Formats: sequence, structure tokens, C-alpha cells
Amino acid sequence: MSTNKRLVSALASRSEEDFALDRLIVTTKADSFLEWAKRWGQSNSLWPFPFGTACCAIEYMAVVGPKYDASRFGAEVVRFSPRQSDLMIIAGTITEKQAPVLKRIYDQMADPKWVIAMGACASSGGFYRAYHVVQGVSRDIPVDVYIPGCPPTPEAVLQGIMQIQDRIKKGVSSYDDSRKVQEAAFDKAAANAKTSTH
Amino acid sequence: MQQELNPFNHELEKAFSAHSYSHKFDNHVIFATTKNLLTVMGKLKDEFGFNMLLDVCGVDNCQRPKTEWSHGVRFESVYHLLNMDKNERIRVRVPVDVDNGEIVPSVMSFWKGADWFEREAWDMFGISYLGRKKERLLTHHEFVGHPLRKDYAADHNQPLSESLEIHFEADPSITPEEAMKREWINIGPSHPATHGTLRIMAEIEGEVIKRSRLEIGYLHRCFEKMCENHLYNQVIPYTDRLNYCSSPMNNIGWCKAIEDMMGIEIPDRAKALRMVLAELSRVIDHLVCIGAGAVDLGALTSFWFCFEQRERVYELFEKLCGARLTVSLTRIGGMAQELPVGWVTDCLEVVKIITKNIEEVDRLLTKNPIFVQRTKVCPISAEDAIQWGYTGPCLRAAGVNYDIRKANPYYFYKDVEFEIPIGQQGDNYDRYLVRMEEMRQSLKIVNQVLNNLPSGPYQSLDKRVCIPPKKEVYTNIEGLMNHFMLIMKGVRPPVGEIYSATEAANGELGFYVISDGGQNPYRVKVRPPCFAIYQSFSEMIQNKMISDAIAELGGMNIIAGELDR
Repeated sequence: MSTNKRLVSALASRSEEDFALDRLIVTTKADSFLEWAKRWGQSNSLWPFPFGTACCAIEYMAVVGPKYDASRFGAEVVRFSPRQSDLMIIAGTITEKQAPVLKRIYDQMADPKWVIAMGACASSGGFYRAYHVVQGVSRDIPVDVYIPGCPPTPEAVLQGIMQIQDRIKKGVSSYDDSRKVQEAAFDKAAANAKTSTH
Repeated sequence: MQQELNPFNHELEKAFSAHSYSHKFDNHVIFATTKNLLTVMGKLKDEFGFNMLLDVCGVDNCQRPKTEWSHGVRFESVYHLLNMDKNERIRVRVPVDVDNGEIVPSVMSFWKGADWFEREAWDMFGISYLGRKKERLLTHHEFVGHPLRKDYAADHNQPLSESLEIHFEADPSITPEEAMKREWINIGPSHPATHGTLRIMAEIEGEVIKRSRLEIGYLHRCFEKMCENHLYNQVIPYTDRLNYCSSPMNNIGWCKAIEDMMGIEIPDRAKALRMVLAELSRVIDHLVCIGAGAVDLGALTSFWFCFEQRERVYELFEKLCGARLTVSLTRIGGMAQELPVGWVTDCLEVVKIITKNIEEVDRLLTKNPIFVQRTKVCPISAEDAIQWGYTGPCLRAAGVNYDIRKANPYYFYKDVEFEIPIGQQGDNYDRYLVRMEEMRQSLKIVNQVLNNLPSGPYQSLDKRVCIPPKKEVYTNIEGLMNHFMLIMKGVRPPVGEIYSATEAANGELGFYVISDGGQNPYRVKVRPPCFAIYQSFSEMIQNKMISDAIAELGGMNIIAGELDR
């Protein structure tokens, strides 16, 4: 009886915060810490795939070049294989002929992935309102960050990369959004099919 | 503007009087028909020394004044030839009745370089050439119609569902055993060495390329169609994006063509400034070519060295106009603006630094045994180079001494001291050496011009092209009217045609402009130097290793912006 009493009083003396701390340490905190560490690591070691087609590609060279040095943001390991990269930088005009290639390469990139549309042409077709120019790559693939300019200055590109880092830290990606939309549409279609068969 | 005729012109006039010979804006013009085209071409090539085919293009006459039509037929196939010894250019216009199924004889038997130009004319206008397959070149394979015809809407997009599969035609000369050993690989368009826009389908045996097909047009941005929908001065930003490694040179080429057409003599200061910009951009263009070419061979260090120098020139451009790469620095009739204070001193300082620092690149590469061995491949003879229509550093590396700056010195090129480097073998190593030396010579030119920079206005005072100063607009009626007319109606060259060429970083950059007297150009054809050079690539890499093909691609310096336009 006396032992029991002592236990009850000990439990009573513990504050709400102590219980909360227990829960956090055991369950929530470790997960969120790991997630945070993952995102932190990811955002500071981006491996860009430069889908460079035109003038913007020359400016992108300047971004990774000695003066602007993208390695300060951990985004200098340029990889020409989509399998090895998580950030696609579309630097240049995308034409109708190029669009299926772009789509295919984007699909080959491993998840999670982010996309920067660098410059006016990739974002909207730019001043080429023409029969062979895609009026913005978002027609074919989801885009995370649009960088204005024709071509954008290297500073603008660096800011674009920093915005991607922010998005990664917040766990936001246009790819996920588009996938959710697609899945929802798929579910809806499946549900419709089910009701129609009944 | 009938110019004075020299003996050569008289000879031409005598020989081609039946072909309504005329001479305008430094271009000889004759008319031929599809029946006598080959005779005329043979005569021009063998008797008059027009040994290089510069350009073949189509023209759609349907909205032109009837007097300008050639013999009442809607389409025309237009040829431009060059006589390198005399530096004379001739235009041969051939009316083609496409609607009634008329076919133009191909001039491939005279010049191999007609290959892609004729394909492009079919692609854009539907003009057929005898014995040539009707293959799309710049547009994609599912494209319907011919976009440069006047009845094709500029904004009518046609999405492509599926990329073109890799394919080769069956060749009966290949035995089944040989065919067993071969396989097909696809290089590009998204490949580090193809700069994102070139595609090579290769049939390989081991590591040797046996056959290859080239696919271009991945950056076909419809430059020519866009020109037809914009004012003459609005075209300048579009020219920036032709050869985007050296934008000012394209601006200059375009503006020079229009000025020649309108007979405008730009002020001395504008001429000198254009020379400075042209030579600075030649330097940065060659820097990209050498730097990126070396990266393709695995040498990253020299790329950093090259780009550091490029940044210095970017800074100069930024001071001049605010933009780094696509500068739009010229206007028809002169320059866009005056130099900022202290620019000349800055520029001289930069020239000094670059002159010193490119020697570092030289020390890194010129005697580097790996670089030498990798680039001493794919030589081309002078005859072949002329056959294909090579110009610029690639032609000079093959041992042909032709540079428009010397042959037909425009602006002050005759007054400055510089030399033209010539190669011997025509291989990539020679091209590299020629480019290195050209950079030194260009810096020398910049130095000379800046030290003798003429003062005076930077823009012509011609009322047809230049907006009067604000003070005049506000205080006198003539200035006000002049301003109003220029803003409302734009620059309007007289009815006519011109082919005007300048020496750009990659070779002869020609603008063939047709004006119908309106505010937009009626037709613009760019003669991009890369286009003629790259069409020979398939033949150059035959029976070579894949790694040599990559080196060759770097040495040719293919810029997709002007290749595909």
C-alpha cells in the first residue's frame, strides 16, 4: 500500500511536459529529425541535370564557372545522366521536336526530383510565338521554379537554386503534386468504372 | 542603285545577257529556268570561278508586287555563289512552278554542300529537287505543310507524339556477316558532347562508326518566320540568339545588310565601335569553342581558364548595355548608345589581361600530348572544304586563305594591322591553332581601334532610320513628324533584295533580305556558317572511332542557334 502510494505521488509530481517529452523522444522526434536531416542533406547536395539547348545553356556554364561558382550552394555536380540527378535545369528553348525527348528524360529521373525552367523560352516560349516552339515546358512536365530573363543572370539562377532548396526543406515538390492529381484522377476514374459496372 | 561595272562584271553581263543580268548592292543577279539551271551553274563554276555554293533557299512570291515576281511563278529557288579570288557573289534566281509539279534539278553534282540546303527548301517551301528524297530537316517528321509559305500561320503549332526512331536504310553492299557485327547506337540529342541539340544515329562495328545519320532541328525556333512578322529593328534581338556565343556579330551582320540596302553610311565612330565589339565577341566565341571542346575530351581545367576570360568581356558588355549574353548593341544606322565613361580604359585593361591569360590556355593545351593526339584526327582537304561550303576558321585550317575582313574589308579592316592564320591539315588540331591565333589577332585589332577611336556621333543622322534628338522633337515640327513617322511606320528599306555577308566567328554569316517596301522584311534567309560545315560531319566521321567523332564535333564548333535557326 505504502509503495503504491509512493508511486502515485511520484507520478503526480511529474509534469505534463515530462510526458510530452517522453512521447516526442520515443516517437515523433526521431522521425522528424531523420526527415529534417534527409531534406537538409538533399537540399545542399543537388545534382543538376542541365537540359541545355540554347543560349541559357551558355549562361548556365557561367553559373557553374569560376566567377559565380554554383558549388557554394552544393549544386555543382553536373550529371548528364538523368538516373544520377535530382534537379533538372531546362536551360533553353524547347521545340516541338525536342519535347518528347524532354519528357522521356524527365521520366527517367529517379524520384524525388525537382525542375527549374530557366529563362523565358522554357517558361513560356519567350518571344518565340512560333510554329515549332513549345509555349512553356509546363505543358509536358511539372515545374518547380521559373526563372525570368532572356537569359537570366547567373545571380537569378542561383536564387532559383536557393528556392529549390527551400522547397526541398519544406518537403514540397511539383512532381508530388502532379502525381497526387494524377492518382486522384485515376481513383475517380476507377470509382466511376465500379459504379457503372454495378 | 546601279554601281560602276568592272571588267569582270562586263564579262558576266555579256555571257548572261539572255538571263536578264543585273548588278545591285554588290550582288550580281541572273535568272535561270529549271531547264537551263545546270548549264548556267556549270558555266559559272568552270568559266567564272564561282567555286563555292554559299546558300540555296526558297522564296514564296505570292504577296510580293507582281513586278518583282520572277516570270509570274509563285515559288523561286535562289542560289548564292561565291568567287573567292575576286570576292564576287552572284545570285541565281530560278522560278519554280510547284503547283504544277515542276521539279528543280539538284546541284549536288557540282557542290556536295547543296545537300541540306535543298532539303531545307523542301521542308520550308515544298520545292522538290530531282533525285532528292523528301525528308524533313528542321521540322519534325510528323509535321504537315511547309511553314515558310506565306499561307502558313506563324503560331500554328503541331505537337510531336513520338521521337523519330533510330533507323538506317538497307544497303545491299553490306553482307549479312558484316551486318551481324554491326549495331546501332543513338548519340544525343541530350548528350554532353552534342550540346543538347544534335542527334547522331550511328551504325558501329566495335568502336568504329561505319555509317551515320544526322538529325538536326531540335532548336528550330523559326527565326525566319519571326523576322517576317517583326519590324526591321525588332529583328535585332532575334539575331542575338542565332550564334549566341557571339551575339554582337549577328547584330552587326543584320544591321549592315539593311544599311547597305538603304544606302546608309554609318558614322566612323559607329564603325569603329562595331569592330571592337565584333573582335571581342570573336575572342569569346573561340574561348567557348576551345574550352567546351576540351571538356568533351576530358580536360576541365582549360574550361575554367577560358570562362574566366569570358566573364571579363561579359562585364564590359554589361557596362555597355546591361545585358551579358544577348546584347542587341547595334541599331540600323549605328549603335544603340554611347559608351559609358571610362569604358575604353576598362576595355584596354581587359584586352591586356586576356592577351596574357590566353597564353595560359595555350600552355595547358598546345603541347599537351593527350590533347594533340586526340585532336589530330579527321583532316579535310582544301578542295573538300570548298565543296562542302566551309567558311571561317574551319576553312582556313584546311589551308584556304579566305577571310572577308581581308578579301572585302568592310568598316576599318583595311586600316588595321592583322594577319590571317592558315592551317595545313584541316584537322581539329589545326582548327584549334587557327582559333588561338585569331584570338591574338583580334585582341590586336581591338587595341588598335580603341587607341584611335574616332569621335563624333554614334548613330547616323539619316532621317529614314534615326529618331531625332528629343529637343528637336519637342521644339520643331519637322523633328516631330520625323519621330512620328519612324515610330508609327518603322524603318522601311526600298523594294529590293540584298545578300550581305560579314565574317562571323564561325565563318561567313550572310543575310539574304527581301524587302517589299513594307515595315516588315518580306523574307529573310540567314546563311549560317555552321550549317554548311555540319552537313559534312557524317562523311568526316565515317570509319573513325566514336571518340574521334566527339573531338570532331568540338572542333567544328556547332552552335545550334544558328544551325537550326
